[in-house]
Order: sequence, then C-alpha cells, then structure tokens
Amino acid sequence: MIDGATLFGLCAAVLVGLGLYALIVNPQPLRKIVAFNVVGSGVFLLFGAIAYRGAAAGWGGDPLPQALLITGLVVAFCASALALAVLLRLFDETGSATLDPEAEPTAEANAEPAAKLDPDRLEG
Amino acid sequence: MIEAFDLGLVLLILGLAVWTLVARDTFAAVAGFVAYGLLLALAWVRLRGIDVALTEAALGTGLTGAMLIGAATRLRRTEGQARKQHPGLVIRVLAGLLAACVTVALAVAVLALPDPAPTLAHETAENMAATGVGNPITAVLLAFRSMDTLLEAIVVLFALVGVWSLAPDSLWGGRPGRRHRVDPDGILAYLARILPPIGIIVGTYIFWIGADSPGGKFQGATLLAAMWLLVVMAGLADTPRTVSTVLRVALVAGPLIFIGVGAYGAAVAGAFLGFPDGLAKLLIKLVEWALFPSLALTLALIVAGAPERRRPE
Repeated sequence: MIDGATLFGLCAAVLVGLGLYALIVNPQPLRKIVAFNVVGSGVFLLFGAIAYRGAAAGWGGDPLPQALLITGLVVAFCASALALAVLLRLFDETGSATLDPEAEPTAEANAEPAAKLDPDRLEG
Repeated sequence: MIEAFDLGLVLLILGLAVWTLVARDTFAAVAGFVAYGLLLALAWVRLRGIDVALTEAALGTGLTGAMLIGAATRLRRTEGQARKQHPGLVIRVLAGLLAACVTVALAVAVLALPDPAPTLAHETAENMAATGVGNPITAVLLAFRSMDTLLEAIVVLFALVGVWSLAPDSLWGGRPGRRHRVDPDGILAYLARILPPIGIIVGTYIFWIGADSPGGKFQGATLLAAMWLLVVMAGLADTPRTVSTVLRVALVAGPLIFIGVGAYGAAVAGAFLGFPDGLAKLLIKLVEWALFPSLALTLALIVAGAPERRRPE
C-alpha cells in the first residue's frame, strides 16, 4: 500500500519526465525555460516527499531538507530570471527568439523594426 | 493510505503540468504555470512544509510568473515562426524514451526508499536551544547551514548583476523596464494604491514571525518586492537609475553585514559564521534584519529586468 509521501514522490517522478520531454522537444526558448522550471519543481517535490518521510521530533517533516528546499527555490528563481534576461536581449538584438542559427527573423518582426532595441532610447 | 484530497491534488498538478507544456499559445501556458505553482504550494502544505509552501507561492509562482508573463507578452510576435521548428519524429521518440526512463528510474527509487527514513530532525531538535530561535527552518538556515544562506544571498545579488550586464553599453546605468503609463483612475492604479499598505504589513509580519513560526526573510521580502512592482506597473513610481550609489549600497548592505557577522564569529567563536554562546539569537536577528531590505530590493530589481532607458543628454 502506498502512502501520501510515496504518492507525491511518484507525482514528482512524472513531473520530471514531462518537463524533460518538453525541454527537449519544444523549440521555443521561453517554453524551454518553463519546462525547465517544471523539471525543477519535480525535483523539489521529490526532495519534499523525502523530507516528509523524515518527520520526527514532533515536526511534520525533517527541517534540514526543507530549509535546503527554500535555498533551492531562490536559486532556481535567479537562474530563470537570468535565462529570461538573456532571451529578451537576444530578441532585442535580432528581432526573433530562436535557438536555430539558420533562422531568418520573421516577416512580422521585420515589418515592425521599432521592436528592435533603439540604442538611444531616452527616458520619458 | 492515500487520502482522496491528495490523490485529487496530484491529478490536478499533473493535468496542469501537461497543459503548461503542450498548450499552443505561450501566454496560456504561462497562465497554466502560475496555477500549477499555486497547486504545488498546496502540495507543500500537505507535505508539512509550510515555509516551503510560502516560498513556492510567493517566489516560485508569483515573481517567476510575473517575469514569464512579461517575457511572453514581449515575445508574442515570434510565436508563429518558432512553431515551425518542431523537431522530427525520431527526436521526439528518443526524447520520449529518455523522459520515460528518467521517470521510471525515479519512481523505482521512490518505491525503494529506506524504511525507517533517515532524518536529521532529532539532531536539529537537540541543538536548536543553543540558537534561541523557535522555527527549526530558521535555525537550519541561519545557524546550522548559515554558509548556504550566505552564498544564496550572494547568488541573488550576482543574478541581478548578470541581468544588468545584459543591457547594451549605451543603456548601462539607466532605468530598468519601460515607463508604464496606465489610466490613473483605472482598476490597476486603484489596486496599486490600496494593496501596498496591506502587502507591506503582511510581508513584514511574515518576516517578523519567521524566527519562531513558518515565515522568514525570503518570503517577506518577496511580498515587499511584489508590492513595489505593482506600484511601478501602475505607473505611480518609476524604477531607480541603476547607476545610483545609494541603490547599490542598499543592495550589497545585507550580504556585507552577513559576511561581517561571519568574520566576527571567526574572531570570537573560532569559526567563520560561528556564534558565541548567548549571542546566537542576537546575531541571527541582526543578519535577518540586514538581509530583509536588501533581498526585497534585489528580488524586485531582478524582476524589473535589464536597464532599458538612459538619461537624456
């Protein structure tokens, strides 16, 4: 018979698999960042299920892995922020958001060059 | 035994994860990710990780979601082109096989976890009295594993440096993000006036009780950052120039004081970040108070992004 911790652990295993598949298959960088976050949340949830199994001393879970999870969530946020900033700079420079080096900017992107970064953009 | 609530929650989480990953429209996918994150926070409550649930809801879902929605809006025009680049059948089958193998390996590992589970809860409980704090998570974060927390605070700062560094040379030192102009009588401007006082009190409270109850500086700082971002998005305030010395001092003050406390420990208690007897709680409080405003500022500016406007000549 499986208990709550095992159920969430199995859920985490499926999340990691789903996220990994989307990370490889989806060509859009933004979707890859989202998929990477799903993989990350799966890893965290697995760790959380293990922390829950370690409940002792009157607490609902083992506080040590839980504290490390908070550190992990903050670092994952930082990594996502940096990835998004790189992606937005790529878009500003090239007018497209693709990892394909052969790809030409879209017709829509060419039609609207104002979207490209204006190096002299002033405050206002 | 599995409770029906847990089973339903897991099914909803998996369903939303699939939606987030396969939805055609990126904006819809990101919205799905936010809902998914909130359900995950519920899962953390079920796993008795209230501190983790707060962090997941505020940082993993709230701030990350805000950044993703902003990016999805700006990249909307690239959607059509990107969809044409879907990989071939072979890649998809191989990716599916790899993902299935990873899932099966993890599931086998979950089912084979040792019983009774190893735990450090007893050690934490035995040594917690020396720290003077009542929340075991805070004791771990700021006493037993304080080196992790110091490095984490520095990682957050470095992430901001990384984001700023992505500005083109001509915009270096300028203001992050675009100037938001919204209807001053609209609902956004209204909420941006009504919510921040409440949010600031709630955020400060979550920080304040963190020593003895679930909560702490990261969760509280995230709420404060969100309130400031709301005011900026409603056009009631502008982002600061990143060249500002006052701003930069405020950003590094928290980690620097943390390092100073560590050095004090090295001099007095014989180890970097060691706390002398009787002073542990005072020093933990000092570090928390120093980190709280710096973290709120750093997190908010990370979400605001790279400088995009420079000073007029």
